Amino acid sequence: MSTHSPSSAAQLKTGRRRMLQAGGALLLATLWPTARGRAAQATQAGTGVLVEDVTTPFAPNAFIRIAADNTVTLILPNIEMGQGIYTSSVMLMAEELGIDPFAVQIEAAPPGGGAEITGGSTSIMTEWLPLRQAGAAARAMLVQAAATRWGVAPESCTTANGAVVHTPTGRTVPFGDVAAEAATLPVPKEPKLKDAANYTLVGRKHHRLDSQIKVDGTARFGMDVQVPGMKIGTVAACPVQGGTLRSMNRNAALAVNGVHAVLVTDNKDTVCVVAEHYWAARKGLKALHIQWNFGKNAAITTQTIYDDLHAGLNGPAIVANAKADAPGVIGKAGATYTATYQQPLLAHSPMEPINCTAHVRPDGCDVWAGTQVAERARDTAAEITGLPASKITVHSQYIGGGFGRRLEHEYVTQCVQFAKQVPYPLKIVWSREEDITKDRYRPAYVDKLTAALDDKGYITALQHRIVGPAVVARWDPPELTKDGYDEDLSLATVVTPYTYPAYRLEFARREAPGITTAWWRGVGGTRGLFVVEGFIDELAARAGADPVAYRRAMVQNNPRALAVLERAAADAGWATPVPKGRARGMALQFAFGSYMASIAEIEMPSPDEVIIHRVTAAVDCGQVVNPDQVVAQIEGGLIFGFSAALYNEITLENGRVQQQNFNTWRVMRMNEAPRRIDVVVMPSKEDPGGIGEVGTAAAAPLLANAMAAAQGRRYRSLPLLSARNTEGKE
Amino acid sequence: MPTLMINGQPHSVDVDADTPLLWVLRDILGLNAAKFGCGIAQCGACTVYVDGKAVRACNLPVGLVGTRAITTPEGLESADPVVQAVKSAWVALDVVQCGYCQPGQVMAAVALLRTTPNPTDEQIDSAMSGNMCRCGTYMRIRAAIHHAAGELA
Repeated sequence: MSTHSPSSAAQLKTGRRRMLQAGGALLLATLWPTARGRAAQATQAGTGVLVEDVTTPFAPNAFIRIAADNTVTLILPNIEMGQGIYTSSVMLMAEELGIDPFAVQIEAAPPGGGAEITGGSTSIMTEWLPLRQAGAAARAMLVQAAATRWGVAPESCTTANGAVVHTPTGRTVPFGDVAAEAATLPVPKEPKLKDAANYTLVGRKHHRLDSQIKVDGTARFGMDVQVPGMKIGTVAACPVQGGTLRSMNRNAALAVNGVHAVLVTDNKDTVCVVAEHYWAARKGLKALHIQWNFGKNAAITTQTIYDDLHAGLNGPAIVANAKADAPGVIGKAGATYTATYQQPLLAHSPMEPINCTAHVRPDGCDVWAGTQVAERARDTAAEITGLPASKITVHSQYIGGGFGRRLEHEYVTQCVQFAKQVPYPLKIVWSREEDITKDRYRPAYVDKLTAALDDKGYITALQHRIVGPAVVARWDPPELTKDGYDEDLSLATVVTPYTYPAYRLEFARREAPGITTAWWRGVGGTRGLFVVEGFIDELAARAGADPVAYRRAMVQNNPRALAVLERAAADAGWATPVPKGRARGMALQFAFGSYMASIAEIEMPSPDEVIIHRVTAAVDCGQVVNPDQVVAQIEGGLIFGFSAALYNEITLENGRVQQQNFNTWRVMRMNEAPRRIDVVVMPSKEDPGGIGEVGTAAAAPLLANAMAAAQGRRYRSLPLLSARNTEGKE
Repeated sequence: MPTLMINGQPHSVDVDADTPLLWVLRDILGLNAAKFGCGIAQCGACTVYVDGKAVRACNLPVGLVGTRAITTPEGLESADPVVQAVKSAWVALDVVQCGYCQPGQVMAAVALLRTTPNPTDEQIDSAMSGNMCRCGTYMRIRAAIHHAAGELA
């Protein structure tokens, strides 16, 4: 993997597409609006090396490069972090281009060249059309070039296996042989796309392109970056956010064999020891015996945060969404039902601890990192070094688990700050303890729902208040609405399979002191679904209704929701008696453009033990590129979510995060994983939905509802196996 | 420091004896397939073999290794039928997601199948529970080990 930097590329502007000629190569850039208009404007500041004078709010997000030696390189806009996006993106382009996905080279797009943000389960949604258009445009140009050479009609030609084929005669010419001629042709404005009925790749199971290198261990992650002359640093940030260095024994660290330097950030909140290797740096860090001034956050505890959230249930709030007069209906209702839910702070803890490598020189700066936001990584490096963005090269690496953690780039900022102080390339590796205690956390939330109910127990009005932070206010401030609302919170609340006669969503913003909150896999969907599906399940129980039947009645006018519900119920054997000692629970969802119904069958030998025998899920995520990877994302997303749902809660004492490593931050292991997960992907002609976060969003309500059935009590607080739940301690 | 025997080759390294083997492999010798995940032998990402036995390189001081044979994921013999079966099964079943833990998973799976050629689910869970995967590929790891066992039978 490396960033792409073609030399002396001459450009031909062709409206919304540009083609670049580079030494007999065909280089095609597809332009389309990025998901967020504002972000697209930001790309204009540094437009990367491929397209230099973008004047419209469009950015090139995908490229095809065909060299004279027939090497076909696809430059992909989204970064691979396990979700299978390299494979799916290549499939989309290769389908139209006519090449074996295994025969292409893959590169990560440079910042400003499209690699803007990989997150929010948006990759396939946004790439579905443009990647195929890129492939189709290249195909049309290659076909035209070959047809001209042969003196035949282009309509009589097709492409296959990286070559243009003249169908009547069977003549072929490799793409590379006609790439130079193709590059002189105008780029078709609306290239004709293949009829879906003729797809040979899209919609069929395709093996991942990155399997072999990941099995052999040759895939290069940020952690594996090695640059000549590089030294390795590890860091300690003040354990209390906002604190600063008071004293340290610098000489003791420098006396450790292999230690080269002790560095401090300008604001004195972080110390870095640089050494020949990580262990020497680690020993050096220990030898420093750092003393901190902890500052104003030194008294914060988790309870401080929860108390503030619960206080937010009363008092002023923004009305984020309203339909009819929900408070009025509730005020006059014959029957109402209220429940309050609480969710904790969560760490991401991807398997690859946070790391970054940077080499700052007077004339430029290289950054090697796994990042979901390459452009932000570039911009922070430019800001710290004072170099223009054009002098910053971000080398995107495979990401050893993102889950939202690498939508943050503060570790790039930190690395460049330290690298600026030394002449050599510097790789910063965080210990796992640093990774967990200095994470940017999924926020804690408290939600309260009140429903007015008809005589059958169905909702006539729903009022829902969310109390918690607005993550977007820090992460992308212009996206905070003028009322101060974070629209991420509409996921699984406003955006839902259900419709209510009257509805009101309120948001009382409470930012947690002493920590930084951030995105976490499933974002608002994970947050909202635990609350809403738990509440719906409570209402079903109150009505004495079967949970499937109750939801079925609620989605009669939503055929896609109804279909996944019926399919999951059928596959899980919902209508058959639950095996003795077991219980079933379910969740129904619409989030990230995808529908899913899921059913868990569990056993609880004791209140603090859950055996997950089986999970059955039916998912409708619209048209599918690579169905087996949809299944993989649901399987993995569920298991990722189960860890958090059952076990995880970041707690603070004296302003410090108490969980340190995998001995105190529990991650689901193979012996705790479900015995079976069965996922059916529903056939669909709808536009593609996202899939990377769908399973995770379902995890908590699925288990909470199954556990409620097992124990005969509701679970309104996460994690499900916390002492609050297992011992009834509030 | 004694000379370390790594993947059949002698390597003499100048580090303190308390340096964990993992950092010698990764930072001194550039053998990057064994990964750093936790540093306290909790996650298995750094799994290597010492005299054929799976160990955690992140908390094994090199001073204790002596001249015993060290095998890293790079040193798995591609001609070895168990190695071949495990790696092919991983590819056939598309086990990997982010892939960071997978060299360690493969090492653990090969070690399991060498001692237990036809493991039950329970034996797999027991042998593999020390190897964490944050992406949650456990279902496919379990299936791939059965698949590999079937190929070897």
